Amino acid sequence: MNNLQADNPQLRDLSSRQMAFYRFRSNPLALIGGFIVISVAIATIFAPYLAPSPESAGSFVDFRNRHSPPSWQNPMGTDNVGRDILSRVIYGYRVSLGLVIGVLGVAVPFGVILGLIAGYFGGWIETIIMRFTDVMLALPPLAMALAITAVLSPNLINAMVAITMLWWTWHTRLIYRIVKSQMNEDYVEAALVAGASHRHILFKELLPNCFSAVAVKISLDAGFVILFGAALSFLGLGVQPPTPDLGTMVATGSEYMPEMWWQAVMPGLAILYAILGFNLLGDGLRDMLDVEL
Amino acid sequence: MLSYLLRRALTLLLVLFGLSILIFIIARIVPGDPARIALGPLATATQVEELREEMGLNASFPVQLWSYLSGLVQGDLGKSLLTSRPVMDDIRGALPATFELVLVTIILQIFISIPLGVMAAIYRNTWIDNLLRVISLIGVVTPGFVLAIILQLVAAHYLGFLPVTGRLDGGIDFEANFTGLLLIDGTLAGRFDVVLDAIRHLFLPAIALSAAGIGQVMRITRTAMIEVSSRDFVEATRAYGIPEKVVTFRYMLRVASVAPLTILGLEFASLIGNAFIVEFVFSWPGIASYGVRTILQKDLNAVIGVVLISGVFFVVANLTIDIILGLLDPRHRLKAGRGS
Repeated sequence: MNNLQADNPQLRDLSSRQMAFYRFRSNPLALIGGFIVISVAIATIFAPYLAPSPESAGSFVDFRNRHSPPSWQNPMGTDNVGRDILSRVIYGYRVSLGLVIGVLGVAVPFGVILGLIAGYFGGWIETIIMRFTDVMLALPPLAMALAITAVLSPNLINAMVAITMLWWTWHTRLIYRIVKSQMNEDYVEAALVAGASHRHILFKELLPNCFSAVAVKISLDAGFVILFGAALSFLGLGVQPPTPDLGTMVATGSEYMPEMWWQAVMPGLAILYAILGFNLLGDGLRDMLDVEL
Repeated sequence: MLSYLLRRALTLLLVLFGLSILIFIIARIVPGDPARIALGPLATATQVEELREEMGLNASFPVQLWSYLSGLVQGDLGKSLLTSRPVMDDIRGALPATFELVLVTIILQIFISIPLGVMAAIYRNTWIDNLLRVISLIGVVTPGFVLAIILQLVAAHYLGFLPVTGRLDGGIDFEANFTGLLLIDGTLAGRFDVVLDAIRHLFLPAIALSAAGIGQVMRITRTAMIEVSSRDFVEATRAYGIPEKVVTFRYMLRVASVAPLTILGLEFASLIGNAFIVEFVFSWPGIASYGVRTILQKDLNAVIGVVLISGVFFVVANLTIDIILGLLDPRHRLKAGRGS
C-alpha cells in the first residue's frame, strides 16, 4: 500500500477510507464478485418479474415440454415435468439467500457476543466459553447438520436451525482472538482508567474494532452457507419439493444424467455462480480492509 | 516435547469427553420419541413400548447417560435399528473404505497444493500465477456434489474407462482382512490386479473430495511463501551461495508450511462432511454412506456412533497436525495448550 502511494502522487492525499475504496476498485476480481452478488440479490428480490415463467416455481406441469434442452425459449432447458429451469433457479436463489440471512442473522451476533465476553473477562468465563467452542468445532458440521435435520424432520427451517447451531463457533473464535490482541492496547486501558462500564468497553470500544473482520467473514460465510444448504437438500434433508431449491434440483436432475445433463448441471452452475460471487467479494473486502482471518 | 505431547493428549481426552456428552444430549432432547420415530407411524403402542424398554429409554436421564458412557468406554454403542447389528461392528466394517478415501485425498491435497502454491509464489504476478489462482478459486467454490456429478458425466460417460461406483469391480474376489485398506492389503497379498482396480475406483471420488482443500491450501501456501521470501534469513542463505532450489524448498518452505498445515487440519472437518456427499454420489461403501442411510432411517444409536467417529477423526487429525507443527517450529510447542 505504501508503494502504491509513493508511486502515484495523486493518491498521497487520500484518506484511509478513500484509499481502501481505491484498492477495492482497482481489484477486478472483487468488482466481479460484487457484480455477481448484486445480480443474485436482484434475482431474489424481483424474482416474479424476472422469471420467464413464474408458474414454474410451483408444482406446475407441462408434459409436452418435458426434458427439452436449452433453447431461446428455455435458456437452461426444462425439467422432468416441463418446468423452466431458469425460472426455478431464480426462485431457488430466494431460498438460498433466505437461508443465508436466517443463519447469519442469528449465528453472527451470538458468536460475536460470546467471543467479546470470553476475550474481555478472561478467567473461568473464558475457559468455559472457549472449551465449549472447541468441542462444538470438533463436531463435523455437515454430519451434525444431517443428524439434526433428520431427527427434527427435514425442512427449510430445521436446516436453518441446524446450520445456525454450528456456525457461531467460527465467529466466537475470530472475535476472541481479536479482543485478546486488543486488550493490551492503550485505548482499552484508558477506558478502564476512566471508569467506563463493561458494557461501554465491550460494545463501544472493542466491538467497532471487530467490524471489518466480521464483514469479511460474513461475505465469505454467505457462500459457504449456500453451499451447505444446497448439500443438505441434495441429500433430501433440506427444502422439500415443490419449493424450488438448487440442491434439490441437482439431485433430481442427476437421475436423468447423462443424456439430459442440463437438469443437474445448470442448477449446479447456478450454485457455483453465487458462491463464486460471495468468495470474490469477501477476498476483495479482505484486501481492502486489510484484515487477517 | 514430551510434556507438550502429554498436554495435547489431555486436551484431546477432554474434548472427546465433552463431544460424547454433547452428542448424547442432542440425540435425547429432540422432540418426539426415538422409538416411535424409528418404528414409524404405523406401529402399535405395545411395539413402541417394547422397543423403548429394549433401548433403555424408560430409565431416568442420568441412568441413560451413565449406561451410554460406560458402554462407550467398552466400545459398545448399542444396536443399530437398521441392520440390527451392534453399531460398532457396522462402523468397523465401513471405516476402512472411508479411511482409504480420506487418506488418498489428503495425500493428493498435500502433494498437489503445496508445490503449486510454491510455484505460484515463485512466479507471482505472471500468467502462471494467474492461471493457478483461477484453478484454486474453481476448486474452492465448486460444491463437492456438483463436481462429483460433473466428473461422473465427463469421465465415465465421455471417456468411459473409469468406474463411477463402489471400491472394486464385482468380478474381483478379494477379502481385505488385515488393514481393510485395499491398497495396502492388496500389495501385501501380491494381488496387483486388486491394487490397480482399487486405484481406478479411488480416482474420481478422491479428486471430487480433494478439490476444495487443494484450492484453499494452494492460496495459503502462496501467501505464506511470499511473506517468508522477504525475511532476512532468506537473503542471508542466498548470500552464502546456497542454490536457489535449496533456499526455496529447504529453508523457505519449512517456515512457510506452518500456515497450510494448520489449514489442512481445520479443513479436515469439512473433508469429512464432504465425504458424506461424495460417498453418496459414488456409492462408496464407507462410513458416510452408512451415516446417510441411518440418518434417513432415524436410527439414533447409529447416528450417534457415526457423528462420534467423525469427531474422533477430526480431533486426532488436528493432534497429528499439532505434533508436526511442534516438530517444525519449537515456538508452537509453547503456544499450544494455552487455549486457542
